[in-house]
Amino acid sequence: MIHKYKLGGFNIVLDVNSGGVHIVDEITYNMLDNVEPPFAEKCPEKAMQKLSQFYSVEDIESCYNEIVELYNDGILFSEDDYEKYANYSVASPVKAMCLNIAHDCNLRCKYCFASTGDFGKGRKLMTFETGKKAIDFMLEKSLDRKNLELDFFGGEPLMNFDVVKQIVEYARSKEAEYDKKFRFTITTNGLLLDDDKMEFINKEMSNVVLSIDGRKSVNDYMRIRVDGSGCYDKIMPAFKKLVSLRGDKEYYVRGTFTKHNLDFADDVFDLYNNGFDQISVEPVVCEATEDYAITEKELPAIFKEYENLAERILENERKGGKFNFFHFMLDLDQGPCAIKRLRGCGCGNDYVAVTPDGDIYPCHQFVGIEEFKMGNIDEGTFNTEIKSYFSKTHVYTKPECKKCWAKFYCSGGCNANNFQYAGDVHNVHKLSCQLMKKRLECAIMLKAFRAGAIEE
Amino acid sequence: MKHIKTINKANLKETAAKGGCGKCQASCQSACKTSCTVANQKCER
Repeated sequence: MIHKYKLGGFNIVLDVNSGGVHIVDEITYNMLDNVEPPFAEKCPEKAMQKLSQFYSVEDIESCYNEIVELYNDGILFSEDDYEKYANYSVASPVKAMCLNIAHDCNLRCKYCFASTGDFGKGRKLMTFETGKKAIDFMLEKSLDRKNLELDFFGGEPLMNFDVVKQIVEYARSKEAEYDKKFRFTITTNGLLLDDDKMEFINKEMSNVVLSIDGRKSVNDYMRIRVDGSGCYDKIMPAFKKLVSLRGDKEYYVRGTFTKHNLDFADDVFDLYNNGFDQISVEPVVCEATEDYAITEKELPAIFKEYENLAERILENERKGGKFNFFHFMLDLDQGPCAIKRLRGCGCGNDYVAVTPDGDIYPCHQFVGIEEFKMGNIDEGTFNTEIKSYFSKTHVYTKPECKKCWAKFYCSGGCNANNFQYAGDVHNVHKLSCQLMKKRLECAIMLKAFRAGAIEE
Repeated sequence: MKHIKTINKANLKETAAKGGCGKCQASCQSACKTSCTVANQKCER
């Protein structure tokens, strides 16, 4: 399978199964509509007749030979033979956990998927006892995996920061004994950041996600306090300070765009102009009935804006500027192996979420959906049937993914979004698919530009 | 090549034979959480 498209002045051809990315001239772009394996020694007569109206015979023949050469090298029209690997991760160790340390929040963001922090189940904070048991659970269930990931999430984790610190201290005290290394991350809205918390976060968290939507007007429309006031003036200086003290450690400023800011490239650049160089701004996912919802109707404008953003990023790079836009980041040479790409996030299999009550779910997005409750940390229960179900969920069990050119980049998308908005984990959330594909096209185009730029 | 320029050198097929160790970072796809998405991840083997 190949996927070809034009963007940014490039004719781009992706060989789906090998991951090969080719920039081709016009004749090749047209010829690829007219030839396919198995390849004869000479260009087929039908293709020759069609193309010779526009190109010389010599060019057609040399172009055909190049296509055949790449086919023989296994990087064009390569076969999909990965299905046999799909069972590799069955019964995987649990190596990653989202710890919902606080089902409470000091903001009332209008688009919050967690019902403004309480996940629809009442406002609660996790106790140290439950957090400790969650660490013990990971130490046991991670088997031979050395690197363990634990994300402090909410609600707003800083509302329960003493427990965060206790859990980190407890986990660190067990690393040598169990030969494990914890990588902590935390996601925060920034309202409660002070010097002590910044120091602790910068010391202990391998990544920190700082929630801010971009321009003040955009942020303060959605991200509001209980009294309705915006939070921008409070969080922006705090985030700047935290990042300035962070050194080389990873962070992201992370925003959400909605129907109300379809010019979100301005938000990305507003964050950049405020000094941040690790930026993520992502589409809201919600019921189509919300006034801020992104629907099919908004897609043309969003596609155009992603192209606009890509062009602005190129322009910025030409001027010597540089930042990472998370959804355009793509490693074409040393990315994850094909087997990893069949399944993606690993939710419910090697990744779980734990609530303040100790309930275990496949991930933070499944929290509160009773049929996906996997057990309880405090009670020591863990349903391996659900784990097995997710281990067998991959791109070959999702009919739409199986035939999609983007399957080895998105890996089947978000299972929770699939369930919530398409009715089943195996049905794709089409809106997210279309956005993902557009972002990928832009990301590959940026790679093409940079590859050319290096040669110059 | 005159007509085609290949911009990457890796072949996914080669990664399948040696892959699947599971040591890489978990990769959240959800729009609410910027964890790693799949395609920009690093192989940790």
